[in-house]
Amino acid sequence: MLSINNLHATVAGNPILKGIDLEVGAGEVHAIMGPNGSGKSTLANVLAGRDGYDVTEGQVIYRDKNLLEFSVEERACEGIFVAFQYPVEIPGVSNLYLLKTALNSVRKHRGLNELTAVEFLKLIKEKIKLVEMKEEFLHRSVNEGFSGGEKKRNEILQLAVLEPALAILDETDSGLDIDALKVVANGVNSLRDAQRAIIVITHYQRLLDYIVPDKVHVLANGRVVKSGDRTLAFELEKHGYAWVAQDPNDAVAPSPGS
Amino acid sequence: MGTPANDIDRLVKREYKEGFVTDIDSETLPPGLDESVVRFISEKKSEPEFMLEWRLKAYRHWLTLTEPQWAHVHYEPIDYQAISYFSAPKDKDGLNSLDEVDPKLLETYEKLGIPLEEQKVLAGVAVDAVFDSVSVKTTFREKLAEVGVIFCSISDALHEYPDLVKRYLGSVVPAGDNFYAALNSAVFSDGSFVYIPKDVRCPMELSTYFRINAMNTGQFERTLIVADEGSYVSYLEGCTAPMRDENQLHAAVVELIAMEGAQIKYSTVQNWYPGDEHGRGGIYNFVTKRGACRGRNSKISWTQVETGSAITWKYPSVLLEGDDSVGEFYSVALTNNWQQADTGTKMVHIGRNTTSTIISKGISAGHGQNAYRGLVKVLNKADKARNYSQCDSLLLGDRCGAHTFPYMEVKNPTAQVEHEATTSKISDDQLFYCRQRGLSEEDAVSMIVNGFCKEVFKELPMEFAVEAQKLLEISLEGAVG
Repeated sequence: MLSINNLHATVAGNPILKGIDLEVGAGEVHAIMGPNGSGKSTLANVLAGRDGYDVTEGQVIYRDKNLLEFSVEERACEGIFVAFQYPVEIPGVSNLYLLKTALNSVRKHRGLNELTAVEFLKLIKEKIKLVEMKEEFLHRSVNEGFSGGEKKRNEILQLAVLEPALAILDETDSGLDIDALKVVANGVNSLRDAQRAIIVITHYQRLLDYIVPDKVHVLANGRVVKSGDRTLAFELEKHGYAWVAQDPNDAVAPSPGS
Repeated sequence: MGTPANDIDRLVKREYKEGFVTDIDSETLPPGLDESVVRFISEKKSEPEFMLEWRLKAYRHWLTLTEPQWAHVHYEPIDYQAISYFSAPKDKDGLNSLDEVDPKLLETYEKLGIPLEEQKVLAGVAVDAVFDSVSVKTTFREKLAEVGVIFCSISDALHEYPDLVKRYLGSVVPAGDNFYAALNSAVFSDGSFVYIPKDVRCPMELSTYFRINAMNTGQFERTLIVADEGSYVSYLEGCTAPMRDENQLHAAVVELIAMEGAQIKYSTVQNWYPGDEHGRGGIYNFVTKRGACRGRNSKISWTQVETGSAITWKYPSVLLEGDDSVGEFYSVALTNNWQQADTGTKMVHIGRNTTSTIISKGISAGHGQNAYRGLVKVLNKADKARNYSQCDSLLLGDRCGAHTFPYMEVKNPTAQVEHEATTSKISDDQLFYCRQRGLSEEDAVSMIVNGFCKEVFKELPMEFAVEAQKLLEISLEGAVG
């Protein structure tokens, strides 16, 4: 589904991604771990097409198309969804309205008819149960006055409504207590299926107890330095990130010229 | 990928869809203003003698006044002798039915989405259509008369109800109130008159649609609304003008009077031609609007959505004379390209337990300059007066400006006056967030701006709320569902 080859990207002229290679197939869940500043969130933003994240080299093929040619909203309509670490607040715009507008934009792009208010309400009332949110949240302004946990649940609610082909969760576990973490993880797990790929970006192995990944990758200094199955996450938890960086035999992407 | 500033630039480019000119034979006075012009207008309308005297007094007073300079707007001095003070489509006199109205006029209003045939009109909205200096047609007059509601042009009112007009005209905005009000009092040509009798709830929304068509002509309309004890009326006002390179002056006066227990809700969607993207042309909208809550428990509520005009100078105000009376002001003002707006309100607390609420939302884009100017005045007898003011500004891009000038004069120690103000920008983060959810940039901007205006839009009558949203949509070239 997603094939990243030798991806280099800069932010404000500073190289952050320095040759990422990653293959993600349909139905798979991949975890990307790594210390602060390793490029995890940058990778999410580059895949989403955010302004200010400039790709300088390499390519990203998504469902046989050159992803980098598409605008932010085209990528979203083509099925890429990012659950953000810090979702923004939009005063005066209700959650319900944003969700309905977003879903109908996506449906329109896919050649489906737009849902009426009634149809949408029926759908959302089902979806909201997944993240155990009260219906009043739908009528509040997007993320305004939400607690950290509520914002993250709201992201998962959007994920559930938009049903993307590729979901990227950017540190969705940060700032969550254990109960909220379980709710979020249950929501994500219920969306796992053979057609959908999920990339979970996280610092900690804790989340992976609940969302069990098929593969784990470790990012350091803008490169994938180690890949493995979920046991890699346990090793990391035990030894810390320094362990990966220090073991030359395990480094899969030696930097050219160094 | 463009810089955010460029994106916003592109987004706020707008097309003014009401900018066409109606080719119609008009009787237009040559430019210039002196007493003979005032006499001509009064005679043309066969006005009662008191009206001519009133006009002449206003004119003589106007000569002694100078234009106010305190507003945060800049423009070349206006040559008042270069303006024509009267223009009317020919053969208007003595129309009895719609069949006699020039089809070109009907077509004009049809094109503007304001059909004048009663069966086509939105159910529940009566319209007074004013074209340049005259009222073309007032719909549903007879139906409203059945419940005693008077809704007609002010010219007709001067013939049919001279005593009512005489009693109330100038009682809220005196003829010499300010430079533009004095000018209007001298040369006003038409406008609407509304009288709601005691304990009547007006069964329809009343509305006036103002259209400027003729070149180099000023429009000076006068609206007078009187709500007698215990009555209720909701009144809407809309306005458009052709696209021209010259600036045109629109100096209106609106007076509202609410007796004991009466409520007046006055809504405006102002879409005068704003000028082009280089700041050429557009309407100078210099308007005096004021309401008096004369009786106890009366209420006057102003809601305005100001998206047009090159320059807006406008402060719909409420004099809270009756005890327990309530004044409200809800405003959205959008300035784009080179538009300038200096708008706000005055709430004057005179009676006891009077309450006022001010919600102002200013949106600036392009090189637009947007100022909120408001006065909350509490006189010494206004025990327990309360005011809440909230002024929010939203900036799109980095070449526009937002300014807030709140004034407070409180002479009673039991008064409570609150003021809150915020200034924000549509952030790249908000735009990116919406786009990542699949919304186009245009949709995202419209949605965020509409969210910003929500508190004001919810005060508009349903039909107008939809129109106001659409207008913002056009102004920002996006789509809002």
